[in-house]
Amino acid sequence: MSLTLVVLCGVLVSAGVYLLLHRSLTRIVLGVGMLGNAVNVLLFATGGKNGSAPILRPDGTVEQPVSDPLPQALMLTAIVIGFALISFLCALAWRSWTLDGNDIVEDDVEDRRLAQAGSVDPASTPWERP
Amino acid sequence: MNAVVPLPIVLPIVGAALSLLAWRRQRIQRAISAVALLAALGSAVTVLASVVADEAPIAVRIGGSAPVIGIVLVADRLSALLLIVAVAMLAVVLVYAVGQRTPDERSRAYHPAYLVLTAGVAGAFLAGDLFHLFVAVEVLLIASYVLLMLEGSNAQVRAGTTYVVINILESMLLLAAIGLVFAATGTVSMALLPERIAALDSGVRWGLNGMLFVAFGLKAAVFPLFSWLPDSYPTAPSPVTAVFAGLLTKIGVYALVRTETLLFPGEQEVLLLVVAALTMIVGVLGALAQGDMKRILSFHIVSQIGYMVLGIGIGTPAALAATVFFIVHQIPVKTSLFLVEGIVERETGTSRLAEVGGLLHRSGWLAVLFGVSALSLAGVPPLSGFVGKLGIVEAAASDGQWMMLAVALAVSLLTLVSMVKIWVGLFWGEVMPVPPADRARGLLRRTPVMAGATIVAVGFGVAIAVVSGPLYRLCADIGAELLDPSAYIRAVTG
Repeated sequence: MSLTLVVLCGVLVSAGVYLLLHRSLTRIVLGVGMLGNAVNVLLFATGGKNGSAPILRPDGTVEQPVSDPLPQALMLTAIVIGFALISFLCALAWRSWTLDGNDIVEDDVEDRRLAQAGSVDPASTPWERP
Repeated sequence: MNAVVPLPIVLPIVGAALSLLAWRRQRIQRAISAVALLAALGSAVTVLASVVADEAPIAVRIGGSAPVIGIVLVADRLSALLLIVAVAMLAVVLVYAVGQRTPDERSRAYHPAYLVLTAGVAGAFLAGDLFHLFVAVEVLLIASYVLLMLEGSNAQVRAGTTYVVINILESMLLLAAIGLVFAATGTVSMALLPERIAALDSGVRWGLNGMLFVAFGLKAAVFPLFSWLPDSYPTAPSPVTAVFAGLLTKIGVYALVRTETLLFPGEQEVLLLVVAALTMIVGVLGALAQGDMKRILSFHIVSQIGYMVLGIGIGTPAALAATVFFIVHQIPVKTSLFLVEGIVERETGTSRLAEVGGLLHRSGWLAVLFGVSALSLAGVPPLSGFVGKLGIVEAAASDGQWMMLAVALAVSLLTLVSMVKIWVGLFWGEVMPVPPADRARGLLRRTPVMAGATIVAVGFGVAIAVVSGPLYRLCADIGAELLDPSAYIRAVTG
């Protein structure tokens, strides 16, 4: 593995996770994009040392040393899937924006109700209070 | 025989394409879905029959390339059995959804998305390598995003966002784990991996196993990675939740079964057992705290996953047999509980237990349908849940896991308590005011298609109890086969 790729992968993951932890969907989309690219770089790095393009010559041989084609195939598939996921998330952010004018992910209604029930439940309040 | 194995994936995909062409014709879309699902079910049954008759897994090389680089589909007894149950439930829920006539099923994207989901489920069960498993899971996840948010209402978008983001994170983790497995071993084929993983350094093995466990654990909703599930499932329309509840988490469990038996046999026993116990306890306590039927049932999905992880953690052939039986039992039972919930919600407009009541006076049969499934979920004899739980508890006892045994039994009891809570809320209490026009006919007769589908689903669960003898023998064979993967490896590489 080349050190540059590993460092790049690490930087992308940290930036991606940082963005993913926000409540704004736009930032989440960017975070997902970064994470996806980080994983793609990782897949690329698993291929080992670079060589010539893995294309068969007319006589059925390849120029040695040859690059490992499998990680590249995996990466290509992952890129396509990542593209689909990001477009879906963008559509989701758009829908959220048309519904209430922002793209902030809200708390669950039932969770809020349960949390509130805890604060007003007489059994949960200290006994000396009225 | 080999040509039949890809059919459960190919037929729904072709169906989805045709369904998209018939974009404006609802009836044609319904017909295509029905035909594709029934044909897929037929081919799944054929596959199981031939796998059982040959006593060997069938491996199909797509495109004829070698298993190291090409895509391989492998059907063994486990995948074929789960495939049959899954596709059968998908077909039943399709009928139910058509009968419910929600705006949801009328959406033009419903049928194509539903068929793509089916293809993804089938692909995940038949995957012969980790990467293909990842792709199949992605296919079913993307279809599930669409189904979860078809209405695009505020609540759906809010809950759907959590679901989408957590599942994307899971996909990234899984993909990274697969990349690292490839880096360490030079293959992603499940047949070649056992030997090469065994040759790895124990630290590397631990890391790879940990990453795969977190990724599949997120999908299966085990403790502490489950909180997305009770949050997002209840906002979807009932038929969609029924399918998700029955199938999606079980895909995660299936993947866990494969990783923990085939790739890393018996390595994480303690971790698995601790996770199993906490999943069972936290899930059932969460269910007890809720006041909404859909949310109670969603927490029970989590709690029951704990039993499956417990079986995987014990890891003896008997425990794995019981786990497989338990998965087979859970799919129809969970589905039918959500189908009953759908009928209640359609009739009363809500699934909050405080707002409904007295349904027993309006439909005794609905109470029977709920009661049978609920008792089966709690593990009351002679229903199928009892057989599955007995098997797991027996395996725990013979392995000396007394703590686990106690937890499993206590959680069973608490499951019964929360089922009683639903029963009291729904069927007892004050009878709700009903418009006079609705009084004339029984609750089930007014929604005959939904009722029929629910009866079939409940009947499926009961049928599992009836045929539990032969089925359990098949599961015992599967348990033995899982721990001795030589036949699996021979089928793929030979």
